[in-house]
Amino acid sequence: MKSKLVGIWNFYRDGFRSMRVGRTLWLIILIKLFILFFVLKICFFPDFLATHSKNDDKGSYVSNELIQRALPTHSTHP
Amino acid sequence: MIESMNPSLIDWSRAQFAMTAMYHWIFVPLTLGLAIVIGIMETVYYKTGNDFWKCTTQFWMKLFGINFAIGIATGLILEFEFGTNWSNYSWFVGDIFGAPLAIEGIFAFFMEATFVAIMFFGWEKVSKRFHLTATWLTALGATLSSWWILVANAWMQHPVGMEFNPDTSRNEMVDFWAVATSPVAVNKFFHAVLSGWVLGGIFVVGIGCWYLLKKREKEFALASIKVGAILGLVASLFTAFTGDGSGYQIAHTQPMKLAAVEGLYKGSNGVGLVVAGALNPKKKTYDDGKDPFLFRMEIPGLLSIFAERTPNAFVPGIQDVIAGGYQQSNGVIALSANEKIERGKKAIEAFGAYRIAKNTGQKEVANTAYSVLKENMPYFGYGYIKDVKELVPNVPLNFYAFRIMVLLGIYFIVFFSAILFLVYKKDLAKMRWVHWIALLTIPLGYIAGEAGWVVAECGRQPWAILDMLPTSVGISRLDVGSVQTTFFIFLCLFTVMLIAGIGIMTRSIKKGPELINN
Repeated sequence: MKSKLVGIWNFYRDGFRSMRVGRTLWLIILIKLFILFFVLKICFFPDFLATHSKNDDKGSYVSNELIQRALPTHSTHP
Repeated sequence: MIESMNPSLIDWSRAQFAMTAMYHWIFVPLTLGLAIVIGIMETVYYKTGNDFWKCTTQFWMKLFGINFAIGIATGLILEFEFGTNWSNYSWFVGDIFGAPLAIEGIFAFFMEATFVAIMFFGWEKVSKRFHLTATWLTALGATLSSWWILVANAWMQHPVGMEFNPDTSRNEMVDFWAVATSPVAVNKFFHAVLSGWVLGGIFVVGIGCWYLLKKREKEFALASIKVGAILGLVASLFTAFTGDGSGYQIAHTQPMKLAAVEGLYKGSNGVGLVVAGALNPKKKTYDDGKDPFLFRMEIPGLLSIFAERTPNAFVPGIQDVIAGGYQQSNGVIALSANEKIERGKKAIEAFGAYRIAKNTGQKEVANTAYSVLKENMPYFGYGYIKDVKELVPNVPLNFYAFRIMVLLGIYFIVFFSAILFLVYKKDLAKMRWVHWIALLTIPLGYIAGEAGWVVAECGRQPWAILDMLPTSVGISRLDVGSVQTTFFIFLCLFTVMLIAGIGIMTRSIKKGPELINN
């Protein structure tokens, strides 16, 4: 088992080492993923429902939205 | 118009999703197509043992890898947008979307990622058979990814297999197989994947002809062109076949989309298919009495054949879908838009009454409200419509996008047929004018694919989920400025990535294949 894992590790290690165009591509991938997850996701794409629903009751928030966008004077609470 | 929602927010949210989705679709079809190309080429290498085919495969595999790498995560953006810009929609679709996307991520992506490594790193390390298997499994993984995404999109076009739970305000899947194997999903899958194979064929033929133009790598170019053209022709023919299937399904599930695509305002029996034509720009609404066309050329009866498989069948126009009262192919008389709006309002009112009754512990009232909701749920989305004109998609956009897609599709069949004739029967290597046509066909392959998605998505408007949720109700209450900001961030980021990708690919193409004994 251990030798198999070592073999797999060496396979990937040798493969990455032998890359030429692949290194540039991996750099692009890593930069892109960094921008997506650590800039865009954090700064611009929060979980909207988590931040706008009370007590994490997303269903109530959405039901209110669905109802009030058609019937602005209605509420789901008496 | 939905009250209290900023129209700019609706438009910018839609524009952002459309732009990011269209960028995603630049990379996906070529991944699908080149995966099959390299599978075929490596199979030839495996069977013949000829190192020429190994080197040829490795070249196209490099281009596959470049496209795959640049395209990675362009789909993730869409999932970010679901959670932020489209929160109502995301919650409303519930586990209908969650299950297919989860399966896509866990199964197909990991399969792809595992075998991509063997494909690139394993040439001298694993057996020929194992490597060939890895190449085909990479192609299968990419194709399976598409299945689940297209299942999700097909559900938006024709929602099935679910029940709305008013306690959670979500649609819950009650029949997984109805969703996963919906006829709309099956047809859409084959049509979209095959269109990717067409693009793969166009790309290989086009780049092959570039080498002929440069008088380089003649044997490699001609061999690649043969593979690309055979794949492209077969895929083009089947794409046309599945396109016909799409038309038939749209006629039954989305008659307004079909009417918009055809510029058909007034339905009749024995409707012709408009092959080419120009819409009258002065026609602004379906009921203004103006002639919809400046001119048109049509094949008599063909739209009826596509829609109902008989030349004299009735095909409803936009006015008919609005007015209702016509007999549908299932024998049911179509409701008018106003009738659907009334039922939609009842559904939403019942939903509200149910929520209040549950909150106050009025069980009987809740049960009554639930019955009304369930009875009218198929028209839930109509409760948001204030004017029946909102139900008409943008006719010029859909009309012209459809014709671009279909006419290019016909062109591709002719193109591949001509290429095959010339490469087998004539001396294609000397026909520079054909090389230029092939090269210039590459962007047309992309345009055809994007035009198809314009029809699929814009033809469904005003719906995010047909009849159940208008696009404008699915969006989150965000500040318009934040949506505009992220729109331009994505535009810049994706443009930079695209330029980088084209640059790397161009450099690799100019370098050429590393052929033994060239």
